[in-house]
Amino acid sequence: MELYATELMGAKVFDAQGHYVGRIREFFIEPADQPNRVSHFLLSRGNFPPLVARHDQIASIIVGTVRLNVSERALALYEPNESLLAVQKDLLDQQIIDTRGRKVVRVNDVDLVEQRTNGNTELRLTQVDVGLPGAVRRLLHGFVSPAVIRKLQRRLPQSTIRWEFVNLVEPDPLRRVKLRITHEKLEDLHPADLADIIEDLSAAERQGIIASLDEQTAGAVLAELDERLTTQIVEKLDPGKAADILEEMAPDAAADLLADLPKRTFDEVLDEMPGQEAREVRELLEFDPSTAGGMMNTDFAFVSEASTRDEVLQWLREQELNLDQLDTIVLLDSAAQFAGTVSVSRLLLAAPEQRMSELKMEPLLSLEPNADGDEVVELFDKYNLRTLTVIDKSRHPVGAIAVDDVVSRLVKSQ
Amino acid sequence: MDWRAIANRFATVRSGGTDLQKRIRGLRRRLTLLLAVVGPGLITSNVDNDAGGISTYTQAGAHYGYALLWSLIPMTIALYVTEEMCARMGVITGKGLSDLIREEFGFRPTFFVMITGFFVDLANVVAEFAGVAAAMEIFHVSKYIAVPIAAVVVWVLVLKGTYRQVEVIFFFACGFYVTYIASAFMAKPDWLLAARATVIPSVQFNSNYLLMLTGLIGTTIAPWQFFYLQAGFVEKKVGPRQYPQARADVLVGSISCMVIVFFIIVCTAATLYAHGFTNITEAKDAAKALIPLAGPWAGYLFAFGLLNASVFAASILPLSTAHVICEGLGFEAGIDHKFEDAKIFYGLYTVLIAVGAGVVLLPNAPLWKILIFSQVGNGIWLPVVVIFILLLVNRRDLMGDYVNTVTFNIIAWVTAIFMIALTLFLTYAAIFMPSAPSP
Repeated sequence: MELYATELMGAKVFDAQGHYVGRIREFFIEPADQPNRVSHFLLSRGNFPPLVARHDQIASIIVGTVRLNVSERALALYEPNESLLAVQKDLLDQQIIDTRGRKVVRVNDVDLVEQRTNGNTELRLTQVDVGLPGAVRRLLHGFVSPAVIRKLQRRLPQSTIRWEFVNLVEPDPLRRVKLRITHEKLEDLHPADLADIIEDLSAAERQGIIASLDEQTAGAVLAELDERLTTQIVEKLDPGKAADILEEMAPDAAADLLADLPKRTFDEVLDEMPGQEAREVRELLEFDPSTAGGMMNTDFAFVSEASTRDEVLQWLREQELNLDQLDTIVLLDSAAQFAGTVSVSRLLLAAPEQRMSELKMEPLLSLEPNADGDEVVELFDKYNLRTLTVIDKSRHPVGAIAVDDVVSRLVKSQ
Repeated sequence: MDWRAIANRFATVRSGGTDLQKRIRGLRRRLTLLLAVVGPGLITSNVDNDAGGISTYTQAGAHYGYALLWSLIPMTIALYVTEEMCARMGVITGKGLSDLIREEFGFRPTFFVMITGFFVDLANVVAEFAGVAAAMEIFHVSKYIAVPIAAVVVWVLVLKGTYRQVEVIFFFACGFYVTYIASAFMAKPDWLLAARATVIPSVQFNSNYLLMLTGLIGTTIAPWQFFYLQAGFVEKKVGPRQYPQARADVLVGSISCMVIVFFIIVCTAATLYAHGFTNITEAKDAAKALIPLAGPWAGYLFAFGLLNASVFAASILPLSTAHVICEGLGFEAGIDHKFEDAKIFYGLYTVLIAVGAGVVLLPNAPLWKILIFSQVGNGIWLPVVVIFILLLVNRRDLMGDYVNTVTFNIIAWVTAIFMIALTLFLTYAAIFMPSAPSP
């Protein structure tokens, strides 16, 4: 039969001899043992110290009454234990992440199901209630009989999340380990969805999640997050960890993030980054964010215009490039000056021996770093670009602006 | 094609590197930083001067002249102290007040706070639309035209606008309060007398005077504003590092609110009180009486101020109420959601505006009773909310090093107890002394 946490709170407990022991005030799950089994019940006894009943000491559970299969003397005294998840304190009214619905929700009630195993009854947590039925139960329990509440709630729209899709949010890293809370399921989400979820949480919870994600995911999430929050988060991270995360990000995103940090944190984080990455970021920081230089990324693929398609493909395979972002390759002439661009789709259809100079896109477009951001937007619009190369005064390419940088700029200026 | 060679050339490229440009950029950045924080404090405090508030200040000036001006300084302190705690909680925890109440005190207390809030705010919304009707009457516009238009404008504004656009509009609304300063100057008051009354307290011990004093405080510090203020800072993603700016925002807001109250009281004291119009009970009558006393412009500006304040509060109150209730009870909330995803939020929001405006349009609507109800509701609601705030702000597990200091706690508890005693007195008076001047 289905039971609800609210109905169980305050239930009377009788021992094997039928003597009244106390009332249930809280119950726990031991995630290290089994992820969904109610492992301990806290019984309050007025002025006497509270007792704990283990799951194998429960004979039967019906609404309002719990019977034990042992006598009162067999029960242990209650001692607080950090590795137990308290359903009332840690779950009810708290925010959790619904990993399937990809959003943050608040728990109104917890649904349980009873399971009979050799001589005792176990409760298993099946789902959390985040909708009206749970709310109504919380409000009326104790004033209205459970039977009436059950009749009432059947007419209400259901809104529940299965326990396996629930991701708890615990800011304290030690407690997180004890409760076996991992964020593996979160790492499978799209970084943009995860960023939305994180924005809905409190400052401490955000910090906890970012700190426990792997660097690559953390970097991807930070790149998607509201920039007012990214600085707050990076500021509080350990500089070494922050540097590791920033390394995983595109240099322009990392530079944008660092630019808003206070001077001291800024220096600490940059000191922890490897020389090459730190230099790139420092260089990008010199540009005004509203110019082409401020929008560009220094990570871009470039090859000689004399090379053949096969040579280029071979070279691309050897590079550690972010393939999701790669759609244009910059060409250089023999003096390392900008000679044009080739789109990846043209490369795809070219003959093996075809030279890059034959494939390049017309007209030859480029801008200098101090060109205004509006000019960049106009060029993208006019020529339907996906990438635009930025060159210095002596025509050497220094970076590339991708279409997503342009979209971000447009969204921000709205 | 050596990367290093290219990188070296690249390093020589500098844009905007000159000193002057850097300094301008620094200045601009600091300004952006400030603007990113400022808003909630300024807006919340100014919304306090809503239709009900302006009526009360008008009466205070008409009945007692400058005699109540001294109360503005302690009121500024009380307003700042309570609002600052909410701002701090929002900035440090990143959570709204109803979120925190729910998490720390459970479902039922939250539900009680929310449901009381709904009805009290509904009564307040009625009062705001009544303010719109009264102000437009001065401009000879029927309330059957003015109120529906105001309701639709408010409804559409929030549904179609983004948080940022709405905030900019609210900023303008704050600016329009200067009409009261203009009205006050046209009334040619005795500035010296007003200044002296502001710094030297003069307490009269009769029940009408005390009731007026309580009314002043009751309308200025309303419980819903704490929720709105805290949510505002959370919405703007203000973090601990910008806490000083947030505090400055609250301080400037509290002071500017009281400055406006000062000018309203001075204006009515110099005209209505000085010419013996002491039985004025509504802002509308004050505006009418001002026309022969201080010229038509003084009256029109006064009425325009009332209109602005009423529309301003009528747009914020329903939004804030719907938001707070949904947040506390765990429903999707916020104007960024689609209608299908946040039906309860939009439903509450629409009901508040439709009922609020609808009641004003009813012939023989019991507006007087609704005003008293909103006053009593505020009185019951305020102690609960303030005590919740004080308990939460002292929780070290939530606030870390940002819990109240001992000195601040003393000031805060004294303020809270004083405010609670006064509002309970006002509640008592509103129920059992029906002949008392309307607060």
